[in-house]
Amino acid sequence: MANDNMIVKNLACLRDWVDDRFPLMSNWNEHLAKYYAPKNFNFWYYFGGFALLVFVIQVITGIWLTMNYKPSAAEAFASVEYIMRDVEWGWFVRYMHSTGASAFFIVIYLHMFRALLYGSYKKPRELLWLTGMALYLLLMGEAFFGYLLPWGQMSYWGAQVIISLFGAVPFVGEALAELIRGDYVVSDVTLNRFFSLHVIAFPFLIAGLIGVHILALHETGSNNPDGVEIKKNKNAEGIPVDGIPFHPYYTVKDIFGAAVFLIFFFAVVFFAPEMHVPGTQGLFLESANFIPADPLKTPEHIAPVWYFTPFYAILRAVPSIAGSAFPGVVAMGLAVSIFLLLPWLDRSPVKSWRYRGINYRIALTLFVICFLMLGWLGLQVATPLYTWMARICSVIYFLFFLTMPFYTKVDKDKPVPDRVTS
Amino acid sequence: MMRYLKQFILVFVATFFVSPAIGLAASGAKLLHMDVDLSNQLSLQRGARIFVNYCTGCHSAKYMRFNRMGKDLGITDAVLQENFIFGDEKVGDTMTVAMDEDVALTFWGVAPPDLSVIARAKGPDYLYSYFKSFYIDESRPFGVNNLVFANASMPHVLWDLQGLQVLETHSIEEGENHSPTFDDLKLVTPGSQSPEEYDQTVKDLVNFLVYMGEPVSLNRKKIGYWVMLYLIIFAGLAFALKKEYWRDIH
Repeated sequence: MANDNMIVKNLACLRDWVDDRFPLMSNWNEHLAKYYAPKNFNFWYYFGGFALLVFVIQVITGIWLTMNYKPSAAEAFASVEYIMRDVEWGWFVRYMHSTGASAFFIVIYLHMFRALLYGSYKKPRELLWLTGMALYLLLMGEAFFGYLLPWGQMSYWGAQVIISLFGAVPFVGEALAELIRGDYVVSDVTLNRFFSLHVIAFPFLIAGLIGVHILALHETGSNNPDGVEIKKNKNAEGIPVDGIPFHPYYTVKDIFGAAVFLIFFFAVVFFAPEMHVPGTQGLFLESANFIPADPLKTPEHIAPVWYFTPFYAILRAVPSIAGSAFPGVVAMGLAVSIFLLLPWLDRSPVKSWRYRGINYRIALTLFVICFLMLGWLGLQVATPLYTWMARICSVIYFLFFLTMPFYTKVDKDKPVPDRVTS
Repeated sequence: MMRYLKQFILVFVATFFVSPAIGLAASGAKLLHMDVDLSNQLSLQRGARIFVNYCTGCHSAKYMRFNRMGKDLGITDAVLQENFIFGDEKVGDTMTVAMDEDVALTFWGVAPPDLSVIARAKGPDYLYSYFKSFYIDESRPFGVNNLVFANASMPHVLWDLQGLQVLETHSIEEGENHSPTFDDLKLVTPGSQSPEEYDQTVKDLVNFLVYMGEPVSLNRKKIGYWVMLYLIIFAGLAFALKKEYWRDIH
């Protein structure tokens, strides 16, 4: 016992020594031990933490992949197979990274859906929403750059098609596409710069912005499934009565959540790394990407990875005008960026789905159905029927946003309780 | 500007209209299904023998090392050197091909692709169907055509095992749009194997190609079960810990 006391005493000494020179305890308290989060978080509130976990997985596995990967057109494909076969546990690191890419988007889409469900983007959390959206855009860039690196047929032609989209911009398009590629076609030069952006620039930006996102969150405090501001109800010590310290309550809860998440994650890594859903070429690792990139041979069916397909379906759904695909490109760009306007499009005083009127409930349900439909359609070869389905879904997609100021304003919202329920 | 617009439109149009057409032409007949069995080591060994005897003359498997294969399939280095390696390669080398690429190009017009990950690119059903659907077609350079890969450049290298098939053309009464299926293939010259033996030979080969596409697939799931077990126990403990902490929250 005496010995234990000595250790504790010494550790406390060390802590105080650091604390005199660095704001250790104040930060610990502000962001963990005395950061009060609503006590009624439900299932949907796990996904922010999961996103952080996946980011860490991607960074760590990415570091190890970079140790063995060769970013050159002549060697990239071979170096991936080298990782899969000759590097000890290389296959494991690689599958974690490829599964992590898809997991990141699944988790982020559910995290964003939570915001739509409980109005987390609404005042006073507009900046939190905007930083989150910026993170989402960065993540799309990061995924796009990373997808070129294995240098398979789908890597190559997917990049070719997406970069060509920039070429459809009037007047500056050609120059823009060349600037991105650094060449007239996707080539070794493109691979090198995408590698640099994928392993240095974007991870840096994402890590920094995650910090900003969390700072913004801790400034306003978390929303909750009731959409009630817990800071309006404080006790004598100034602590929200419906709040509980993030640590230890939510740290232990998130450890449990992470364990369940990892069960699903590693089930994919070990049992279905390609995610070979029938009717697809593999959702997480596409079979066409096991053929080395060949600039002279266009694959039969070029489709982006599943997480881009809702927007790809919108691109294809818009008819070209005077032979220019630019309208489709604009529609796709708007479909992604219109989320940024959400805090100002939503005119309802109520945040949470629980107390929203029928208008918003119907609108959100339709939106989610259309988003999923578009995602599925984007994976298919476009037949006339599918193109029309995509058009209908695209219209509903945009109507969800564009008519939001009207249907939310006249919505028959229910009374919101003063305190969180349950 | 115009060049890129044209290029883009070409890709765009291709995605819309041309690709379904190519898709139909390339797929031709509906593929036969095969259950891959990687647990059958004898089958994998037989597949490896067929692979080195019939395929590596023209095709490489340049990411596959002989001794990795030996270790995974239970073949000793001595046996590898004796029965699997025909050139002056060592057991630690990968399966490269002796044929010069330029020579190959003049022979077939295309260089025979590397087969290391062919099973991951094409899928086992395609390969199984491909090896079973060569038929006599005098208009082709090697006298054979293929049902699932129309106008394939490859000769039917397994013909001495399977024998030769013909594609029975149907009269107009049976339907003008009759596209050929596997039922239309008839064996006219028997090979050294019976149809059942040849079927097993092809299955062995495809099993091997699937293994070669991802050598770790032999162990991946076995490791996965332990990981699942660990995580389920860990999740249970984490849940108990959470419950303990949250007891005082109402």
